[in-house]
Amino acid sequence: MERAVRLKVNGQEHRVLVPPHRTLLEVLREDLGLVGTKHGCELGECGVCTVLVDGEPALSCLVLAHEVEGHEVTTVEGLATDGQLHPVQQAFVESGALQCGYCTPAMVLVTKALLDRVPEPSGEQVREAVAGVFCRCTGYVKILEAVQAAARRLREARA
Amino acid sequence: MLRLPAFQLLRPTTVAEATRMLAELGPQAAPLAGGTDLLPKMKRRQLQPRYLVSLRGLRELRGWSGSPEQGLVLRAGCTLAEVAAQPAVRSAYRALAEAVAVCSNPILHRMGTLGGNLCVDTRCTYYDQTEHWREALGWCMKAPGPRSPEEVPCRVAPGGSRCWAVSAGDGAPALIALGAKVRLVGARGERVLPLEDLYRDDGIRYLDKSPDELVVEVLLPPADGLRSTYRKVRRRGSLDFAALGVAAALRLDPDGTVTSCRLVLGGVASRPLVLEEVASLLVGQRLEQDVLERVSEVVHRAVHPMDNTDFTVLYRRRTAPVHVRRALQALAS
Amino acid sequence: MRVLEERERVRNVVGQRLPRVDGWAKVSGRAQYTDDLTLPGMLFGKLVRSTHAHARLVSVRLERALQVPGVVAAITGRDVPVRYSVFPVGQDETALAVDRVRYVGEPVAALAAVDPYTAEEAARLVEVEYEPLPARMDLEEALRNPEPRIHDYGPFGNVHRLASLEFGDVEAGFAEADHVREDLFFYGGNTHAPLEPHSALAWWDPGARKLTVWTSHQGPHYLHRGLAKALGLEEHQVRVVVPAVGGGFGGKLDIFHHEVCAAKLSMLTGRPVKITLTREEVFYAHRGRHPELLRIRTGVKRDGRITAMHVEAYLDGGAYCSFGPATLLYAGTQQPVTYRIPHYRFQGVRVFTNKPPCGPKRGHGTPQARCALEVHLDKLSEDLGLDPVELRLRNLTGPNELTVNWLEITSNGLRACIEKVVEASGWRQRRGRLPYGRGLGFACSAYLTGAGGSIYYSDMPHSEVHLRVDRSGGVTVYTMATEIGQGSATAVATIVAEVLGLQPQDISLVTSDTDLTPIDLGSYSSRVTLMVGNAAYEAACRARDLLFDAVAERLQVPRSRLVARSRRIFDEANPEVGASFAQAAQWAEARFGCLATSGSYRPPQKLGTYKGSGVGPSPAYTFSACVAEVQADPETGEVKVERVWVAHDIGRALNPVLVEGQVEGSVHMALGEALMEEQAFRKELHRGPSWLDYKVPTVYEMPEVITFLVETDEPRAPFSAKEVGQGPLLCVVPAILNAIADALKVRVDEVPATPEKVLKALEEQRKGRTGRVGPTKVPPFSFPPPERVPRPQSWEEAAQPA
Repeated sequence: MERAVRLKVNGQEHRVLVPPHRTLLEVLREDLGLVGTKHGCELGECGVCTVLVDGEPALSCLVLAHEVEGHEVTTVEGLATDGQLHPVQQAFVESGALQCGYCTPAMVLVTKALLDRVPEPSGEQVREAVAGVFCRCTGYVKILEAVQAAARRLREARA
Repeated sequence: MLRLPAFQLLRPTTVAEATRMLAELGPQAAPLAGGTDLLPKMKRRQLQPRYLVSLRGLRELRGWSGSPEQGLVLRAGCTLAEVAAQPAVRSAYRALAEAVAVCSNPILHRMGTLGGNLCVDTRCTYYDQTEHWREALGWCMKAPGPRSPEEVPCRVAPGGSRCWAVSAGDGAPALIALGAKVRLVGARGERVLPLEDLYRDDGIRYLDKSPDELVVEVLLPPADGLRSTYRKVRRRGSLDFAALGVAAALRLDPDGTVTSCRLVLGGVASRPLVLEEVASLLVGQRLEQDVLERVSEVVHRAVHPMDNTDFTVLYRRRTAPVHVRRALQALAS
Repeated sequence: MRVLEERERVRNVVGQRLPRVDGWAKVSGRAQYTDDLTLPGMLFGKLVRSTHAHARLVSVRLERALQVPGVVAAITGRDVPVRYSVFPVGQDETALAVDRVRYVGEPVAALAAVDPYTAEEAARLVEVEYEPLPARMDLEEALRNPEPRIHDYGPFGNVHRLASLEFGDVEAGFAEADHVREDLFFYGGNTHAPLEPHSALAWWDPGARKLTVWTSHQGPHYLHRGLAKALGLEEHQVRVVVPAVGGGFGGKLDIFHHEVCAAKLSMLTGRPVKITLTREEVFYAHRGRHPELLRIRTGVKRDGRITAMHVEAYLDGGAYCSFGPATLLYAGTQQPVTYRIPHYRFQGVRVFTNKPPCGPKRGHGTPQARCALEVHLDKLSEDLGLDPVELRLRNLTGPNELTVNWLEITSNGLRACIEKVVEASGWRQRRGRLPYGRGLGFACSAYLTGAGGSIYYSDMPHSEVHLRVDRSGGVTVYTMATEIGQGSATAVATIVAEVLGLQPQDISLVTSDTDLTPIDLGSYSSRVTLMVGNAAYEAACRARDLLFDAVAERLQVPRSRLVARSRRIFDEANPEVGASFAQAAQWAEARFGCLATSGSYRPPQKLGTYKGSGVGPSPAYTFSACVAEVQADPETGEVKVERVWVAHDIGRALNPVLVEGQVEGSVHMALGEALMEEQAFRKELHRGPSWLDYKVPTVYEMPEVITFLVETDEPRAPFSAKEVGQGPLLCVVPAILNAIADALKVRVDEVPATPEKVLKALEEQRKGRTGRVGPTKVPPFSFPPPERVPRPQSWEEAAQPA
């Protein structure tokens, strides 16, 4: 049974007519044309479909679109502001923390969520933050470096 | 892309409303909390409820109260992350904190709920597969597909008459070891029972409750010097379910004598395995070499895993005593 | 000569730690992968797959499926019966099974519908009737049961291919030895598991009679040819375009069912058709690591010098040819590239089984034999009382050598690589002195920088590049170099930028479009940096010539004094005399007309003439060495890899950040193969076609990685830059296995070396038996007598008594 659902994505309100069985992943990609959120299994195992819901990482393949009405959804497309990349995105590029790029939207979002909560994360906290997203290219090494580099950038920007 | 089958989504605002819906709709309905177990299974067509009764709007299921001195009440709608973050849990009921910390992965912690974790479906490498895969297998007793259940064997033990799917959640063994009780609320009333009585030794009917009953609260007794720990055996440091989970909780006298003990294993049977014999062996003893050796022998005899999880049966039997011993040693120090 | 000149000059961008050119698009979510694309009127396709591992396909009925509203077309094998294969000698696959299915998951029907739900619903209504046949699920079973044959071709039974070669006289070599040792090793199958599932979007234009296919693929050229053949089209009627690719590792190089089916469905409907595989289907597409049993026998002198080696390889190929003939030969090619082996025999067999077909995965056929060899040499060193590193050092090849199997080694930094990791890990001080449970393991390896032979025979270049300079000073490079994450786009941009004095992000790239970009054979065998790089280098130098000529003329400066740097072209003796790049471009266009140049590259001719000599040659080889440190738990068999030192002879790193990333990624993949990844089967089904069951390491499994890049002079590579995408993986797997042996004094001669196997080996030891888990025999099989290949002259001369 389709229902009009009001979704707030990257600060913008959308109204979509979707049945309950459509996941947030499908609505983002197929109804809203926001294809930056990727999919690698749709079963909640690989993590590449991660978006932020009210600032916290969530696997969009396991979130029903109907259930995020009234919540703020952030996708990778919502990170840049005024045409400038977010410091986390810049850190990823400069650290070489991406290769094929497929896990990158998810990695960037979990990093942002971590640093918003914990500005000076320990190595253990960084590993935990990225543990929910698989990467097959980098071996995670430069991703962990990028998170710390992003943390430094953000602290400097605040200072 | 794997997609969900069609269903109707109902969004009650009270527990009473939710249980009423579940009672009316019967087996066509399923409760939806975090969805981290139910939705993948629906995408693989293991389960196809026509109605999902969402529990997300139920404020009665959020929050917690109490203290380590009085006992803790954790409501079932708390996410695993919320449970793990509570100072009381981390300081006084460590097994629970440790169990939640190793459950799936950090993103799923924020989505999955305590109640959902306790009611998680039993698992089996023949069952947790897509529809196509299970058709190629010829279906199985727990998910017979288009065939009638009586004519499809359990693929793990084809000669038998029961399903051997495994209880693989981390929360249940830890909470049972901690002496937890649960409050269930159904259309006809509510009841409180020891958590271990919620589970049945059957891979298909693994919960001893009617479909309309919801777990609403977990009740932890006063900590009273309880030492506890949870160890999870899995191949990787994230995502994997337990091939073996060891929950141990005990109290020690100042001189190191065990005054009470509970030992529960997950991942080796269709329900959390409470090792009563081991517990009674330990009471009145100190955790010394010879005692631990006897414990190992008992554990080895008590554990009968089936070949339906990660790791071989032989490996899980061989290493279960090692992990039990290590859990106990960790508590002794 | 040109390359030698370049090497003397100051480097502007080569060697700098710059961001990759596609980084911003990927990090912002703007990079478009195939499944991100939609076209008006697009249909969603779905494949129906076999539920039997081996069966006669009796009938496939589409009637009920076609009746579902919204289903626009459906096809079976009869609609696309043309056989094809990426390998010329293969030609054994069809887009959909015609009369037989050979593995669970093999596609038997395809349909297209207006939305994905309808497609899925209709797929369930396709009625397939099978007549089961006995399924052979491993190599031994397939050899033991030659009937009914899985295929109607091949020498006999289920044997697909054979190889039997002897260089020199191994029996004489063994006779000279003071000690001969034989070992068996089993390397299990595993798969690429790229994060992005395969996807193809096909669009047939009925007016122009032209097919365009956007696809996540590594080899658009081979696919182009394959699609034309499979669909009965002329090659000029087919256009293949590759958008961003989310990982390949060799798994996206074949001609895939979903690609041909999407195309066929589009040809039938006139509408675009997209098929994206589910994760489970990616495991069925497979084309991954062949499970391989190896027997290696080596003769050595007392001082460790190798006198002879005999390698036997038994490959489990899965159900189809794929790249199998090459994989088979690769099992024998690389051993003599690292070690001097005076007499060498290689024999191998590839066998069909009823599982998803195996093909090329990172290292392509070399990792299995390399792992077996490095473990075997460790054991040999124990026999001789030698340090394992010392044994290697006494047998190393050097630069500018011709191997006994006629492979030309040019640059060779292996000795330096070994010394680096030995020193950094404290090997000499620590090994043998660590507490029980902690161990150090060593291994080294070699790999090709591009296969010297193309998959189909031709005498045409392997890579061509077009380059255009426009009057705004913009530079566009057209190349079929396919970016799969390995950094090919950045490598090409870096080379061109270096030559023209620009920055890599100044270069616009048009890539991987068979209509727009000239040939490149594809992203495999680590060929892109060297082959595309050389072609790009040539095109860029030609463009620079035009620019320099124009500037020299305009500014009356001797041409030999001109340099291109910092977006200017100027007199090196008087830097203020010069022009901006854009100005120079305009002068050149005024002088010469359209500024479009091209470059091409053809690898050197192979030197061997024996059967199979087309596999193995390469313009240059890379060398790697690894020390791994592990902490193993003797009570549970769990192994934690704590630290990995890897040294890789890269020639020169075009961009060290990208090169390090490849090394680190290789460590991750090697760790997975060594300890936990397994494409395993039970009851004829894939044990676990999911991220949950197929164990790709998480962040928690990763060790500390210490990378050393060793530089050597490679005249055949652009700016000396060799490969890094595959070489480092090869030495890490055996280093881990050798480390486990050092830690626990038991041997797991199998990959993956799971905790179960480690514990079993310890148990064997406790019971007083050999502390080893691994194969104990080879299947009963007789190889044909080897083709006797004379050794190169240098070997004969070296063998002469003084």
